[in-house]
Amino acid sequence: MYPILEKRSLAEGIWLMKILAPRVAHAALPGQFVIVRTDEHGERIPLTVSDYDREQGSVTIVTQAIGASTRKICALEAGDALADFAGPLGHPSEFVKMDPEELHNRRYLFIAGGVGTAPVYPQVKWLHEQGVKADVIIGAKNRNMLIYTDEMRAVADNLYIATDDGSEGFKGLVTQLLEQLIAEGKHYDEVVAIGPMIMMKFVALTTKKYALKTTVSLNALMVDGTGMCGACRVTVGGKTRFTCVEGPEFDAHEVDFDEAMRRQGMYRSQEQRAAAIEAERAAGHVCKIGLDK
Amino acid sequence: MANKIPRVPVREQDPAIRATNFEEVCYGYNEQEAVLEASRCLHCKNPRCVAACPVNIRIPDFIAALHAGKMQEAADIIAEDSSLPSICGRVCPQETQCEGSCILGIKGEPVAIGKLERFVGDWKIANGTTPVVTPRNGHRVAVVGSGPAGLACASDLARMGYEVKIFEALHRAGGVLVYGIPEFRLPKERIVAQEIAAVEKLGVEIETDVIVGRTVTVDSLLDEEGFEAVFIGSGAGLPRFMGIAGENYNGVVSANEFLTRANLMHAYDNNYDTPIYVGRRVVVVGGGNVAMDAVRTARRLGAEATIVYRRSENELPARAEEVHHAKEEGICFRMLTNPVEVLADDKGWVRGVRCIEMELGEPDASGRRSPVEKAGSEFDIECDVVIMALGTSPNPLIASTTAGLETNRRGCLVADEQGTTTRAGVFAGGDAVTGAATVILAMGAGRTAAKAIDAYIKNK
Repeated sequence: MYPILEKRSLAEGIWLMKILAPRVAHAALPGQFVIVRTDEHGERIPLTVSDYDREQGSVTIVTQAIGASTRKICALEAGDALADFAGPLGHPSEFVKMDPEELHNRRYLFIAGGVGTAPVYPQVKWLHEQGVKADVIIGAKNRNMLIYTDEMRAVADNLYIATDDGSEGFKGLVTQLLEQLIAEGKHYDEVVAIGPMIMMKFVALTTKKYALKTTVSLNALMVDGTGMCGACRVTVGGKTRFTCVEGPEFDAHEVDFDEAMRRQGMYRSQEQRAAAIEAERAAGHVCKIGLDK
Repeated sequence: MANKIPRVPVREQDPAIRATNFEEVCYGYNEQEAVLEASRCLHCKNPRCVAACPVNIRIPDFIAALHAGKMQEAADIIAEDSSLPSICGRVCPQETQCEGSCILGIKGEPVAIGKLERFVGDWKIANGTTPVVTPRNGHRVAVVGSGPAGLACASDLARMGYEVKIFEALHRAGGVLVYGIPEFRLPKERIVAQEIAAVEKLGVEIETDVIVGRTVTVDSLLDEEGFEAVFIGSGAGLPRFMGIAGENYNGVVSANEFLTRANLMHAYDNNYDTPIYVGRRVVVVGGGNVAMDAVRTARRLGAEATIVYRRSENELPARAEEVHHAKEEGICFRMLTNPVEVLADDKGWVRGVRCIEMELGEPDASGRRSPVEKAGSEFDIECDVVIMALGTSPNPLIASTTAGLETNRRGCLVADEQGTTTRAGVFAGGDAVTGAATVILAMGAGRTAAKAIDAYIKNK
């Protein structure tokens, strides 16, 4: 069991949890993910690492309650424990292995969307610790849904905020803000985008116009997370790749985002059915025609 | 003198009923039936069955003990060579091993060695005495993977007195025994969990949720965690796909994914959260045991299920019993048929698979006649799900994170017959070395490596 040391709300429906998992904390690097299982009946859910503290032996995850399983995670409290917390999985971000000299001359722009802001943080923090400057754009629906702004400000060179309704920062999409920054003459060697698949797709389309190298972190469906099931297949550069063992980060200009988005919806109807059954059960309804079987 | 009676039939669940549930198909022998079947053994002076068994179980001896009603003795004889009799009795391809070489099989039916082994194994789970834990010798060995190879290696080492720790990547121990082979063929709580518990009773410790190559490395186990040797039994690896058009449409899954959802994650049980998609019609591509497991699981989940295989029925690599059971359960077999393209609707969901008819040509490297396409014979099979059961390719995770560990052209770990790899102190066996094979071969490799590890540590 993996105890939850701390839990706090970052925005409506978005929770930060610090998990005691010394082996994972010891090995984790920016860009990697973990597989979480809440209890004996739970799914194996892939979540990107949001921070790690090797001394404390803890790993931070940020979860948005959107499906039945993520709601189950978010319903747990500090003092409870997760049944499983396996990782770190996938390759660390490319820059982790880069020559320090070369890295120091590179200028990064991170584009974080919604709950995807959390996994951007350890990357920017890592670069900051190596003395590499990075700018960050955080995008959200409105100011109430912004997360990690204070933490990010502490490690980013410049922090830009974009909200759909203009309640904070730039009014509009992250891609519009990106084009504005480029128009203002900002130079970047690489863009790293993490967020909803649709955002990553449009960031990729935008940066392609400028031939600006772009990396995305894909949140594909997975079962085991170690290469065994192949549920996470994604087409990159015309070839089928396994997100879990070959990713999760890929060259954004090579990713078939439309296919990736379609594949994410593979089990949506089953999940909706499960959620409906769960709601009926919670309301005290006993199914007499076996739909819950 | 051997009793000249026909092979004692084994009781099975009615095919029409079992095709709707996940309970075990075969009930196995009761004591009376087992003793009667045991009376058929000729006790050959030169028992060919022993030579044909990958771990050389003293088959006539355990059958003699069983016939005499000495069940504990029969269990002890098997335990000298196998720690998983209830599992092997159920999943070994006996028809090509022990039973396939039984003298009685020349003119009639061989002794039902598998069913007898299963009976003894199950008897032991229910009635057997707890093994004596060998005093620890102070030497520590790490085992990667808790499948058949790892469990066999670990239990032998524990019996020799080693302090053994198994690292398992998934949340539950057992490897392919829990994620791959279905409940209806190998019950998880009643059998697998019990045989694993028996290994733990020997003093073996199992730590789950540890991915060697990520959470820890072979090097960190040797250098930081104080293990003197490491055995790698990490299993088969990544599922293969055909490389045909449409393979990433929604509804195309690997057999590994389909079976892991059903077996490890209990997706067929609504008390568990993991979803599974079967649709109305399922096509499974392949002819091995994994294909049979997938197609019969799909059938039990309510689908019309079809096997598509590019060679003829004679070449099906699956156990004969599984093919027989599948047919009884109403599985459709389309032999000499190969998919050329997966078809989808305008939303990208599978609606069928385009196939081509095949005919058998010249024998290939494996000695099997290789299938050749019949030009212009394409036709479509309508279906909602396509399951690819085409074998696996090695997982590069451990080899790529361990210096000095060589792999062969196919990506499998290089190890000699003793399981010695190219890195001192590191041993390997099972599917990680051979590519996908059987439970018993993996077990045999684990046992051989245990001897080599013992010799390595003693000579250090």
